[in-house]
Amino acid sequence: MAEYMVFIWSDEQAVERSDPGTMDRTMAAHREFVSRHASALRGGNRLHPSGASTSIRHTPDGGVAISDGAFSETKEVIGGFYLIEAADIDEALSIAADVPAPFGGVELRPVLPTS
Amino acid sequence: MDPVVAAAVADAHRTEWGRILAAAARLTGDLDTAEECAQEAFAEALGSWTGTGVPDRPGAWLTTVARRRAMDIIRRRDLLRGKLPLLAGRDAGDGPDAAGTEETFPDDRLRLIFTCCHPALAPEARVALTLRLLCGLSTAEVANAFLTSEPTMAARLTRAKKKIAAARIPYRVPGPNELPHRLATVLDVVHLVFATGHTAPSGGTLQRRDLAERALDLARMLRLLLPDEPAVAGLLALILLTDARRHARTDANGQLVRLAEQDRSRWDESEIHEGLELVRESLLRRPYSRYPLMAAIAATHATALTPGTPDWAQILSLYDELIAVWPSPIVALNRAVAVGEANGPAAGLAALDAIAGEPELAGYHYLAAARAEYLRRLDRHDEARLAYDEALLLSANDTERHFLAARRDELPPSDAPERPRRP
Repeated sequence: MAEYMVFIWSDEQAVERSDPGTMDRTMAAHREFVSRHASALRGGNRLHPSGASTSIRHTPDGGVAISDGAFSETKEVIGGFYLIEAADIDEALSIAADVPAPFGGVELRPVLPTS
Repeated sequence: MDPVVAAAVADAHRTEWGRILAAAARLTGDLDTAEECAQEAFAEALGSWTGTGVPDRPGAWLTTVARRRAMDIIRRRDLLRGKLPLLAGRDAGDGPDAAGTEETFPDDRLRLIFTCCHPALAPEARVALTLRLLCGLSTAEVANAFLTSEPTMAARLTRAKKKIAAARIPYRVPGPNELPHRLATVLDVVHLVFATGHTAPSGGTLQRRDLAERALDLARMLRLLLPDEPAVAGLLALILLTDARRHARTDANGQLVRLAEQDRSRWDESEIHEGLELVRESLLRRPYSRYPLMAAIAATHATALTPGTPDWAQILSLYDELIAVWPSPIVALNRAVAVGEANGPAAGLAALDAIAGEPELAGYHYLAAARAEYLRRLDRHDEARLAYDEALLLSANDTERHFLAARRDELPPSDAPERPRRP
């Protein structure tokens, strides 16, 4: 088994523009997703909007450059994540495909094993 | 070196490489080690066969040596450290003790090609891995196929193999639910290899026979291992029916000859025959997928009663079905040409102009070339000349460029040289 990070990418302006009904349906869909895949889920949560993000880059001189905002330069930013455990990428993809992400998509990234 | 042995080793490398590597990968669980094992088996064959003669079944001999080498490496690896990143998805019985006599190794090439063509890999990485691991092309040969440098290709292959290990892309044939979608990505890779060989994107010759033949080998392998898949039968049929025309596509001077003007006695009869049989089989079950429909179009060309005048109405209706399952601008372009052939040059030109705004077609010389042909048939010679010029600017294949320039120069002299008419 391996752990995978499932990032939920969102167009934040679309989130802001969305009506309460869409928000309620999305949250309900997440609750449904969580109960359907409880055995594979290792964690997950909604993230603060990207305005709350801070990015850190390492500079060639060995220091770090800290900047306000997210890394991404596209419209989409990471809006949430799930940490899941799956036997291989096919199983992980089939779970990730179920993540509700009406404002963007998800990104799946294998978690580097700590051992 | 004994030339007989050298030829036997080269032949086995061509026909058996993928199978030997696939068998080793099942044991080692990682592709790099499996490649090493396969390479060492071929190196050993060069020496060993010189003394003992070429074995009756070179492939079985090489697989045995590669598997033995893989088991040595596994034992040593187990002693040195716990475990390395392994290919996920191997069966519990796939370890060194897995049964399997040396006479009847399971054919693992299907697992290997599904791993190489996994949708989680970049499309160009899928093609590169398939040529390297299934066909045994060297990194330099793969780089040459893609017109990139060897270091660039080596880095691409390394990155792809790292992703396979880190993301645990499994070494497994997908289950029935996933199979149609996953098979489609495999078939696309094989078709891309064939298309690249059939009409080289650039360079001095129209075709790259090495790549076309590798694609045919891969399609035959898939047919052998997935005999009940209509999509596979369709792809093999398409490749055979297209490849059958290879000797007729250029004349004695290497100049391009259009399908309608090809000498059909130079078509490969046995490939046509085999292709037609496969088309029939691939169309037994609906819904039709992409390759059976494309093969049916190629078959309609191949079986035209009068050379050069196939049943364009049937071809157009096949394109209508094809565009429904594969709505791509390239298909739309080919469909527009079928409209022109079935319903006349004015209808063809209108169909071409309707799709001219597609961004994907913006730099595509076939669009300009097709417009030029219909403008020519409508006697709009100045516009035709401009369209040929545009196609010439966009094509990088010398054979195609000669053809386009010759067509342009056949046009009657301009009636208004200083101010060409434009709509």
